[in-house]
Amino acid sequence: MNNIINDIRETARQLLADGKVDVVIGYEKGSLPLKATPCFVRSAQEVDRLIWDETCENNLASFVANTPGKKAIIAKGCDSRSLVVLIQENQLLRDDVYIIGVSCPGVVNKRKIEAEIGEILEATIAEGTISVKGMEGSKEYSFADVKDATCQTCRYPNPVIEDIHMGVTIEVSQSTPFADVIEMENKPDSERQAYFNQQMSKCIRCYACRNACPMCYCPECFVDCNSPKWLTGGVNRAENLMFQAGRVLHLAGRCVDCGACARACPQDVDIRAMNRKSAKDVLVMYHHEAGISETIKPALNEFSADDPEAFLVKE
Amino acid sequence: MKISKEKFGQSFDALAAEYKTIAPVSDAAGVVNYEAVESFSEVKQNYLNSKLPPKSFFFPQHEKLLSYVKEGKDVTVKNELKVEKTILFGVRPCDAKAFLLLDTVFKNDMFTDPYYFERRDNTVVIGVACNKIAPTCFCSSMGFSPASSAGADIFLIDLGDSYQVEILTEKGKALAAVFPELVELTVEDQTLVDTIKSAQTTSQVDVSTITSKLEKFFDHSYWDTLQEKCIGCNSCTFSCPTCHCFDISEEVRNNKGSRVRTWDGCMAPLFTLHASGHNPRDKKKSRWRQRMMHKFNYFVHNSGDISCVGCGRCIKSCPVNLDIRQVIDGVNKAELVVN
Repeated sequence: MNNIINDIRETARQLLADGKVDVVIGYEKGSLPLKATPCFVRSAQEVDRLIWDETCENNLASFVANTPGKKAIIAKGCDSRSLVVLIQENQLLRDDVYIIGVSCPGVVNKRKIEAEIGEILEATIAEGTISVKGMEGSKEYSFADVKDATCQTCRYPNPVIEDIHMGVTIEVSQSTPFADVIEMENKPDSERQAYFNQQMSKCIRCYACRNACPMCYCPECFVDCNSPKWLTGGVNRAENLMFQAGRVLHLAGRCVDCGACARACPQDVDIRAMNRKSAKDVLVMYHHEAGISETIKPALNEFSADDPEAFLVKE
Repeated sequence: MKISKEKFGQSFDALAAEYKTIAPVSDAAGVVNYEAVESFSEVKQNYLNSKLPPKSFFFPQHEKLLSYVKEGKDVTVKNELKVEKTILFGVRPCDAKAFLLLDTVFKNDMFTDPYYFERRDNTVVIGVACNKIAPTCFCSSMGFSPASSAGADIFLIDLGDSYQVEILTEKGKALAAVFPELVELTVEDQTLVDTIKSAQTTSQVDVSTITSKLEKFFDHSYWDTLQEKCIGCNSCTFSCPTCHCFDISEEVRNNKGSRVRTWDGCMAPLFTLHASGHNPRDKKKSRWRQRMMHKFNYFVHNSGDISCVGCGRCIKSCPVNLDIRQVIDGVNKAELVVN
C-alpha cells in the first residue's frame, strides 16, 4: 500500500506545480496512533505531508464542495461514489475536481483494538500486520481481523470515477451482500427493538455523523429547523431515534455506505444498521445502488410503472 | 490515613441507601461513564476516566426549568427543579477542577444559577487520583496534576486494597463521619502515594503565554487554515468538562408548555444564528477562534483561569483529529505581525 504514496505525492506535485489545481485534499499523519487527519495541500513543496495507508478513514468528499477553487481529491472507492452523487445532485461540477482514485483495501477499526489493549501508545503498519502497543498490553493484528465493519462488506473498493488511478485494482469477493442486514431482518421484533433502543440511548446528538456525511449538505438540517419544529432539544432514546431515522430516510437511495458516520460517532452508535437496510431495500426493489455511475439515474429521480408497491397495496 | 476498600465499600453501600449515588460504571463494551449505582460492587475499578464528563449531573444536557398551564386567564407555573442529596464518586482531578471553573460561570456577584447550584450544593464530590495516565492527558500543563485534590470534598488515592483518604471540606467531613476509623499508612503505602503524587502527564503543552498572545491574535491568519478540516459537530464541546454554553427554548403545545435548557455548542453555525438570518459567526474560522479565545483568553479575564483542564476527551472524540494540543502549539509558534 505504501508505494502508492510516492505516486500520489508525484501526481499532487505536478498538479500544483502546473497550476491545474489550487489545492489537493488528502490525508496526513494525525496526532494519535492509527489516525490520519484530513489535510489541504496548496503548494508543491508541501506534498510530502500526504500519506496513504489503512488509517485514512475520513470521507474527503464532504470537504470538496466547501473548498474554494479547483481541487484535487484523494478518493477511495466509497469516496468516489459520494462524488458521483454530489455531481448528480448539482453540488459539484465535474470539471472543478481532479480525482486521484485509490484502490482501497479498507481502513482500520481502531476502537476494536482499543477495546482489547487499552489506549494505543504506539502503532506500526507493515505488510498487512498492525503492531500495537497499548496501555494494557501489546499485540500484533492481522489487518483483516481489525478491518472496519464498513470495509468488511465493501462492494466497491475501487473508485468508480477518477482522473488517475493509484494502486492495483482490488477484486471484490463477497458471497452474500447484505448478510448483516438479513441477519437483523430475521431477528424477532422485540430483539431488534431492544438493539436499537440500546444504540439510540448512546447518541448525544453532537451531529458528528451528519457532518461527516458528504450527502448531508442541507444548509438547514431538519433537526435544526424551528418552524416547523420536528424535534425538541430533548436528548433521549425517542428523539435520538427520530433524528437517526429521519436521516436514514433522507439518505435513501443516496447513501453510499462509506461508514464515515459510524467512524465519526464518538459514542460508537451503530448508525449503519438502518442505512444498510435502506440500501438493501433500494437495491432489491429498485435495482439501484447509489453513486456507482454518473449515467445511471438516481433511484429517487426515476419512476417506473413496474416499481414495486407492496408496501402500499397488496400485489 | 487510609481505609481498606472492603470497609470503604460497606460505608459506600450504607450511604447509597441514603443518597443518590453516582459512580463510574463500565458497559458491556467496556465504555466507562458515570451512572447511578446502589452498591460499591457495581463501581468500575482502575478506569482511566469516563467517556463523557460528569458535568451533566450539575448541568444536564436537557433540563426542564419550569412548566406552565394556561386555563382561561389563569396561568399556573411550576418550578421543575428536583434535587436529591447526591454523592458523586470517582471523579478524576481534571473533572473536579472543571467543577471549580463551572462554579464561576454559574455564580457571579449578581446572580446565582439555582439549577446548577442547588445540585452542586447538595452533592458531595469524592475525587480519586489517577494511577494510570492516558497518552492524551495533559493536566500537568494546566497547573495541576493527576493527583490534585482541588474541587473534591473527599479525595482518595487508590493503593490497591485500600484508599488513602483526605477530607477537604465541611461537606466531606460530614459524609466521612460514617467511615470507620482510619488507619495509618504503611511505609510501602507512603511510597506509593509519593509516586502517584509526583506523576506527571507524558503529554505536555505550553500555555504560559497563550492568554497574552491571544490578546493580539484576533485577526491573525492562523485561524484561516487551522479549522479547514473541522466538520462543525459538537463532539468536542459535548465531551468537554468545562464547556457550558446552552440554549433556552419554549416547548409549547396548546395551553401547556415548558421552558427547557439544552446544551449548545460554539462549533455549530446555529449557535449564533440571529432571527434576522444574520450570523455574526458564519464561518468555521470565527467559530474556532471563539473556542480558543473563550477557553484561553476571555475565561481568564472573567474567572482568572484557563477553561481547559487537559482531560483530552476532545482529542479522542474528534472525528477529524483536530487536536487542541496542536492548536495551542500553533498559536505559540505563529508569528505576531505588529502593525
